Amino acid sequence: MILDAKIPEGPIADKWTRYKATIPLVNPANKRNIEIIVVGTGLAGASAAATLGEMGYKVKAFCFQDSPRRAHSIAAQGGINAAKNYSNDGDSVHRLFYDTIKGGDYRSREANVHRLAEVSTAIIDQCVAQGVPFAREYGGLLDNRSFGGVQVSRTFYAKGQTGQQLLLGAYSALSRQVGRKQVQMFSRHEMLDVVIIDGKARGIIARDLVTGKLERHFGHAVVLATGGYGNVFFLSTNAMGSNVTAIWKAHKKGAFFGNPCFTQIHPTCIPVSGDHQSKLTLMSESLRNDGRIWVPKKKDDSRKAVDIPEDERDYYLERRYPAFGNLVPRDIASRAAKERCDAGYGVGSSKMAVYLDFSDSIRRLGKDVIEARYGNLFEIYEKITGEDPYTTPMRIYPAVHYTMGGLWVDYNLMTTVPGLYATGECNFSDHGANRLGASALMQGLADGYFVLPITIGEFLSKDIRTKAIPTDHPEFEKAEKEAQDRIARLMSIKGNKPVDHFHKELGKVMWEYCGMARNAEGLQKAKKMVQDIRASFWKEVRIPGAADETNPELEKALRVADFLELGELMIDDAYDRNESCGGHFREEYQTEDGEALRDDNNYAYVSAWQYKGDNQPEVLHKEPLVFENVKLVQRSYK
Amino acid sequence: MKITLKVWRQKNGKTPGNFNTYTLPDVSEDMSFLEMFDVLNDELIRKGEDSIAFDHDCREGICGMCSMYINGRAHGPLTGTTTCQLHMRHFKDGDTIVVEPWRASAFPIIKDLMVDRSAFDRVIQAGGFISVNTGNAVDANSIPIPKEDADKAFDAAACIGCGACVATCKNASAMLFVSAKVSQLALLPQGQPERNMRVKKMVEAMDEEGFGNCTNTGACEVECPKGISLDHIARMNRDYLVSNIVD
Repeated sequence: MILDAKIPEGPIADKWTRYKATIPLVNPANKRNIEIIVVGTGLAGASAAATLGEMGYKVKAFCFQDSPRRAHSIAAQGGINAAKNYSNDGDSVHRLFYDTIKGGDYRSREANVHRLAEVSTAIIDQCVAQGVPFAREYGGLLDNRSFGGVQVSRTFYAKGQTGQQLLLGAYSALSRQVGRKQVQMFSRHEMLDVVIIDGKARGIIARDLVTGKLERHFGHAVVLATGGYGNVFFLSTNAMGSNVTAIWKAHKKGAFFGNPCFTQIHPTCIPVSGDHQSKLTLMSESLRNDGRIWVPKKKDDSRKAVDIPEDERDYYLERRYPAFGNLVPRDIASRAAKERCDAGYGVGSSKMAVYLDFSDSIRRLGKDVIEARYGNLFEIYEKITGEDPYTTPMRIYPAVHYTMGGLWVDYNLMTTVPGLYATGECNFSDHGANRLGASALMQGLADGYFVLPITIGEFLSKDIRTKAIPTDHPEFEKAEKEAQDRIARLMSIKGNKPVDHFHKELGKVMWEYCGMARNAEGLQKAKKMVQDIRASFWKEVRIPGAADETNPELEKALRVADFLELGELMIDDAYDRNESCGGHFREEYQTEDGEALRDDNNYAYVSAWQYKGDNQPEVLHKEPLVFENVKLVQRSYK
Repeated sequence: MKITLKVWRQKNGKTPGNFNTYTLPDVSEDMSFLEMFDVLNDELIRKGEDSIAFDHDCREGICGMCSMYINGRAHGPLTGTTTCQLHMRHFKDGDTIVVEPWRASAFPIIKDLMVDRSAFDRVIQAGGFISVNTGNAVDANSIPIPKEDADKAFDAAACIGCGACVATCKNASAMLFVSAKVSQLALLPQGQPERNMRVKKMVEAMDEEGFGNCTNTGACEVECPKGISLDHIARMNRDYLVSNIVD
């Protein structure tokens, strides 16, 4: 099968405009008869469901949380990028495009990224119109700040709660459509499979998490906006419920999985405190604007941070990367922290942490300014660690935060299954091998408000004569039966270990061998280990309660069963890619001074994996990446 | 440290519930309150018992999903803190802690400590938005908003919709939650066209859901993990009155 990304012809700056002008449309009378399923209600899902509802489609939206407002986009702290150039510092659509391609270490698709940069400005307009209270200057205009990996200030923010405010904006737009009955909302519902009829995605099987009942839902098209799969590592900054199930089930039904090994390790998270740790908490990248990162120059220095004199501190990012200093991209900052800790310079009781120090900024700007900028983050830090970051430096360490990989999609955001779309973090499309800060919110809302609602028209315009398919169709029955059988099998194991036991084991293997640094030997070892954990999971897991009732352990088991399969594919993908790029660092491929060494001649492609059946190796397809507007160079932030 | 937990167990909304007592001999003070429940559930499952159902998701104090009533206080003893951000270092060795679900007739119990807060969603659906379709917006900087107003709107918008205000109110009133949204949008120029209609519709929806009336005791403000101010209730009352006069 040849992967066709369906990139429109023409110069890059004209592609989207030209595409919009020529795409077939669905007239309003026909929209009323077309049903669309949207799974997930984070930024990508809520914005898509709301916009599709406004356009007149009949929408059914699903989320596993008790309310669409709780999707994990809510936890994004720092901000959202847009090429507004309000700061008059030379920003432009082209520069945002260029920064994103470069930041992604030249492993993303030019046309998609350019479109993202183009629509970025409209997102800010839309959010302000919805009443999103962005930070403002005294003149009443919007304030901006800078973020890692760029040299302009293009990040819009609402204190350290930007994701919350944007999500509540999208949620309000969605709620308006629910009130108008254009969108039917199914909270506490989890998608367990996609239903494919005559080669097209035509619905889903969902489990009502309160009653345990399986339900069948028809849609002319299905949009997945289910977020990232960072919880494959058990410990991550994702919410406890974030999972891969929807896209993994889609993958098993024919959707190719793009770049599964591209995961982002965020440099500034609160370190692990013990075995009981259930998740990790991010400290926004924006802190690197005013915080300086350092470790002691002496190995195993056990003095308190404040007792270590200035000339005995190693500000290693400023030392290694004078041009960008503490604002280097995330992958570089993370690896540099790991390098220092592995070399024995780590701090804190675990020695797996570095300092993020605000004392200089507090001296320069005053405590009030720092409090206004980061007050809520400092509070979170103090709550979790019991330490006051105004007087003692924060301890931070990298943690899994975001997955650049996801379902392979074409320019229309359609997967390799016709009628099945993937938007936001759950697709692979815009961030290459490393995402820049404040770009996840941008992509989620770009896809949901401005891209998908238009591109989906191309598919639906050919489908206006298709009547709603009754859900007693044999394919619905089959898919429901499969889901039912899987649940019954899990419930019948009645082993002696809880789901978390296996999830933690998987997480340790993934972090150790497929985390911040990888090598061929370790990956081969890890593959076997994941297979073993999977086998024991299916023999020894214990799920209390019954399937036909509220059962959080069953929910977890269904998710972890899928993570146990995904983990192996991530390892295969990391093994295949014999180069280092962005968040994918293969120890065999590095420059003399330890920077990632890309191989553009052999690996400038998107890996797109095709599922071939249980216990069959997946087949790798390659979408070559063609760069016509950006010259490939080694990233340098020195 | 040793902790004794008295936890409300209830199979579902149709069967009566009761308190069960559990003892945890070795709780680390670095654990969060919910991590202590993870440890307890791990033990229960290994013993072949049913685990305790509770709502939680982000575990960083922002999604608003966690909802435990701890020793008679919504989200426990610390002010400005959600249950997931409450750490065990705030308890002592030998403590007995009583854990209940949110109790309000508008929030029916689903199981154990989980309750149904969809009433909040329905109140928002009635009018908690600005009617602007995607693509209709003008340039974001074309309407300057005084920083003071924007900051006040932000303070109102910081509400996480957890329901602690309802759970703690002796009347189970939702005024703080509803007023936070009404107030946020009333403070912004974009919210003006629908201002009168919005407050009426949202108050009407709030009453329909069976929330109690507000008697201005201020308990909600005390327990709100995000410090949403009682001022918003005053602002909503004023807007509600105005909207009736305008009619």
